[in-house]
Amino acid sequence: MYEFEYLRPTSLNEAAAALASSSEASLIAGGQTLIPALKQRLSRPSKLIDLGAITDLKDIRREGSHLIIGAMTPHAEVAASDVVREAIPALARLAGGIGDPQVRHRGTIGGSIANNDPSADYPAALLGLGATVVTNSREIAADDFFTGLFTTALNPGEIITAVRFPVPAKAGYAKFAQRASRYAIVGVWVAKVASGVGEVRVAVTGAGADGVFREGGLEKAFSLSATPETARGVKVGPDGLLSDIHASAEYRAALIPEMAARAIVDGWGGGG
Amino acid sequence: MSEQGIGAAIERREDERFLKGIGTYTDDINLEGQTYCYILRSPVAHARIKRIDTAAAAAAPGVVAVFTSDDLTNDGVGGLPCGWQVTSKDGEPMKEPAHPILAAGKVRHVGDPVVAVIAESLRQAKDAAELIDLDLEELPAVVDMKAALAGGGPAVHEDVAPNNLCYDWELGDAAAVEAAFQNAAHVTKIDLVNNRLVPNAIEPRVAIGDYDAASGAHTLYTTSQNPHVIRLLMGAFVLNIPEHKLRVYAPDVGGGFGSKIFHYAEEALVTWAAKKIGRPVKWVAERSESFISDAHGRDHVTHAEMAFDANGKALGMKVETLANMGAYLSTFAPCVPTWLHGTLMAGQYATPAIHVNVKAVFTNTVPVDAYRGAGRPEATFVVERLMSKAARELGLDQTEIRRRNFIQPDQFPYDTPVAVQYDTGNYEASMAKAIELADYANVAARKADAKARGKLRGVGVASYIEACGIAPSSLVGALGARAGLYEAATIRVNPTGSVSVLTGSHSHGQGHETTFAQVVADKLGIDIDQVEIVHGDTDRVPFGMGTYGSRSIAVGGTAIVNALDKIIAKGKKIAAHLLEAAEDDIVFENGAYTVKGTDRSKAFGEVALVAYVPHQYPLEELEPGLEETAFYDPKNFTFPAGTYICEVEVDPRTGEVEIASFVAADDFGNVINPMIVEGQVHGGLVQGIGQALLEHAIYDENGQLVTGSYMDYAMPRAEDVPSFKVTTTSTPCTHNPLGVKGCGEAGAIGAPAAVINAICDALAEYGVDHIDMPATPEKVWRAIQAATPAAAAE
Ligand SMILES: Cc1cc2nc3c(=O)[nH]c(=O)nc-3n(C[C@H](O)[C@H](O)[C@H](O)COP(=O)(O)OP(=O)(O)OC[C@H]3O[C@@H](n4cnc5c(N)ncnc54)[C@H](O)[C@@H]3O)c2cc1C
Repeated sequence: MYEFEYLRPTSLNEAAAALASSSEASLIAGGQTLIPALKQRLSRPSKLIDLGAITDLKDIRREGSHLIIGAMTPHAEVAASDVVREAIPALARLAGGIGDPQVRHRGTIGGSIANNDPSADYPAALLGLGATVVTNSREIAADDFFTGLFTTALNPGEIITAVRFPVPAKAGYAKFAQRASRYAIVGVWVAKVASGVGEVRVAVTGAGADGVFREGGLEKAFSLSATPETARGVKVGPDGLLSDIHASAEYRAALIPEMAARAIVDGWGGGG
Repeated sequence: MSEQGIGAAIERREDERFLKGIGTYTDDINLEGQTYCYILRSPVAHARIKRIDTAAAAAAPGVVAVFTSDDLTNDGVGGLPCGWQVTSKDGEPMKEPAHPILAAGKVRHVGDPVVAVIAESLRQAKDAAELIDLDLEELPAVVDMKAALAGGGPAVHEDVAPNNLCYDWELGDAAAVEAAFQNAAHVTKIDLVNNRLVPNAIEPRVAIGDYDAASGAHTLYTTSQNPHVIRLLMGAFVLNIPEHKLRVYAPDVGGGFGSKIFHYAEEALVTWAAKKIGRPVKWVAERSESFISDAHGRDHVTHAEMAFDANGKALGMKVETLANMGAYLSTFAPCVPTWLHGTLMAGQYATPAIHVNVKAVFTNTVPVDAYRGAGRPEATFVVERLMSKAARELGLDQTEIRRRNFIQPDQFPYDTPVAVQYDTGNYEASMAKAIELADYANVAARKADAKARGKLRGVGVASYIEACGIAPSSLVGALGARAGLYEAATIRVNPTGSVSVLTGSHSHGQGHETTFAQVVADKLGIDIDQVEIVHGDTDRVPFGMGTYGSRSIAVGGTAIVNALDKIIAKGKKIAAHLLEAAEDDIVFENGAYTVKGTDRSKAFGEVALVAYVPHQYPLEELEPGLEETAFYDPKNFTFPAGTYICEVEVDPRTGEVEIASFVAADDFGNVINPMIVEGQVHGGLVQGIGQALLEHAIYDENGQLVTGSYMDYAMPRAEDVPSFKVTTTSTPCTHNPLGVKGCGEAGAIGAPAAVINAICDALAEYGVDHIDMPATPEKVWRAIQAATPAAAAE
């Protein structure tokens, strides 16, 4: 690690001001991605602005047909939250399946989506539910937020404050985990959104060469009948998918329908 | 069995400090005035060093010294020695390239140490290292063994091994094997890869050098499995420091699995540098550094064939193996694929003719050396994969083909065609116990049940044998070992009757402080709390060859027993004097010397006190004091053996493999502490399952280790393994007094073949007869995909 100035603001405005004060300043949330990069001297911020003391950012609440999760909420709290379990149980399960206990107790939803790792779990839920990312200056639809590998629509100096999820009629998630890190090799989120009649959204993480994406073929098939059999009947090709030491594009392509089938079982309890 | 003696499942005495975090590991040691060493390592696999400019680094804040290979050479510091010389089949000694402490001329693997920066703090050392101008002319790298041998490509050591061949070794009677194959009714063939593994001890390596100018004595604190071996190798071959001026101390060590046997560059570096700068020097590996600087394990490519008669009896076997040595020869690397591998190719079977050929190859990768099991897992994998594959080809049950080939109890001692003599065993007995525990009779029903759930269930059997208790010195000397492999122990009975045991074995998780104390308490009839086990310090322990190859109880334990026998014998003389009886009339039982047939007796403690307060003592015939040392050189190896039965369930849609059940029936001879033995088996099985399903050190074609962290290198976790069912059988070892064999590696030796055999059985309907380790879901899925058109056409 190189030396840096460490700041722990107690308000969002203070944090934003500190962030604006230097182009080399960086926010730190759970530190699960940032600290390894610092330790390996891959990143050299002048200031680290810890969001941990801003209590407003750590909050889970239901507002009518929406579930709101503060950016600094650690995965373990999402997994254990009664409010989340009641509103979107699959989201609690997704959070409970991230990494390992240490990671779940430090890593945050804000840090996860800001980082937009192509194998992270949350992006699938955000895209698959059509959630909204709330920042200190605006609101960004999930469809517009994830713009590519490790890149997002966030502007420099912008701070995520919360994510607003519409509560769906049904939603399920299944991930095929990489055995070392437990990140997703393929993670599929399937949701029947309450408003749009019959509309089923399917978001895939871990597999796309450009990060999380919606899988049109599965969405179409599910809008007619959301069953595991339907999922398994859909062919997904390897084009545009990642190939790495953990899985080839062909294998990922084969896993997508299977994980979609398991997501249906997860969220629909096996029936359509 | 007493409550705390031999055979008692008492809790480990060391757990208290380990579980509370109050042990003392090397990194817990901080010396006054200590400096910190950071090692700049090669970022590339192969390059010529054109220039190293350290001026800016040397001038950086806090920097005490910056060293390169030239500094060491100028001081007459030698390279790292290799402890074993293997001879090629043409009689030529193996090619033995120089192994410099810091890279000289070339770098040969990612992680090769190049510059040592020593500073007041680690951060300053790292900051300074960034200022080093390391000018490397990159050369093409070679990582694949076949490519390395093909010729025309890069040479790792163009001077001594231009074709990258270290040795070409053979064992066994090739002509007899050819004849056997001529007469065969059936030949089973297999091509195997034994995957490269990173040892991953939980405690990374640490070394602290200290020099006392007043006495001229050096101390090395290090994470070692064998401090005396390090003192010998480093003192005599590298730094030229006589034993009496060099103390090597390995305190609590957090796991080794073989990787902490070897003498590493950093140990010599900090020892030398401490004198050079006149201050202690501490080096602590970071985890990512461990991945590229701890010796790796395994990495074999093998073709093997087994010839059978019409009844499924093995007639002959031939094995061709390429063994990766990496870029340099680590301490015991040459012997692992030869004398610890070729010699085990008989397995548990009476195969009359066996021939093994091993070519050891240099590549631009981290050196490979002994890793839990060391050679025997590789041999077991070959033999046991062949057996299960042959069973399928011959239409025999996996247990039946083994039964037909087992060496029978009345054939012991049994001379194998590959140079070893098994002293004892009963292979049918352990297999029978495994069959029972695994409910093997009902496998078909479980397979049908799995099928109904959309899963493919398979069963795999592996009947392993291994050689422990390394080793008779004269034998291993003839085979190329440059050291003896005995063990030493001193029993120091203190005046009040408590006992200090100074053992040359080293405990780094094995529980010696409990097991050895049980032996002493049992033999002397005293309370275990009266017994202290001392190890790991060359200044306290007279001598020792250390712990590896599951040798501690068989060799170290026997040294302790032999020293105890001397203590008991001397005590008998003292007691005879005190009791005014003839020595022959004294018996030692339950901690007391008694005159036969009388109630006149002296407790062991009373005798001890008299030995140190010799007022009433036969001083003309006997020295006072009660302390004895024994060096024990084993007569033979010991041969633990057993049968493992694994059941897996494969999800054909994804290729995921779940271990549904795992049974281990091991013959370790007599068992001192069944709970510790069970723990050793559990740990070994998890490592074996890790190798079979998860772990893989993968290099890309440029020689970069792409699984260089826990984000990519998959270690097994609790949820990856089932609740094991383990049991033991016993045919006591015939040539050591405890009748013990050793249990530390068995699990890692037998498990991989059991798991892969089970996966192949699960995939039998697809015609899949081999999957390379680790059997990742994608490999399994691909095997199923490749077979599916055929299966679908049926
Ligand atoms: C071993 C391991 C396993 C993991 N496994 C998984 C897994 O299975 N699935 C998964 O999804 N993830 C996984 N992760 C990722 C982890 O869950 C975290 O979500 C992730 O590391 C980032 O979150 P963080 O809170 O730690 O962010 P940090 O590391 O603190 O920050 C990451 C980046 O986000 C920026 N940032 C943080 N908060 C904000 C904000 N509010 N507004 C704007 N920018 C912000 C930071 O500046 C930084 O650039 C794993 C991580 C590890 C180390």
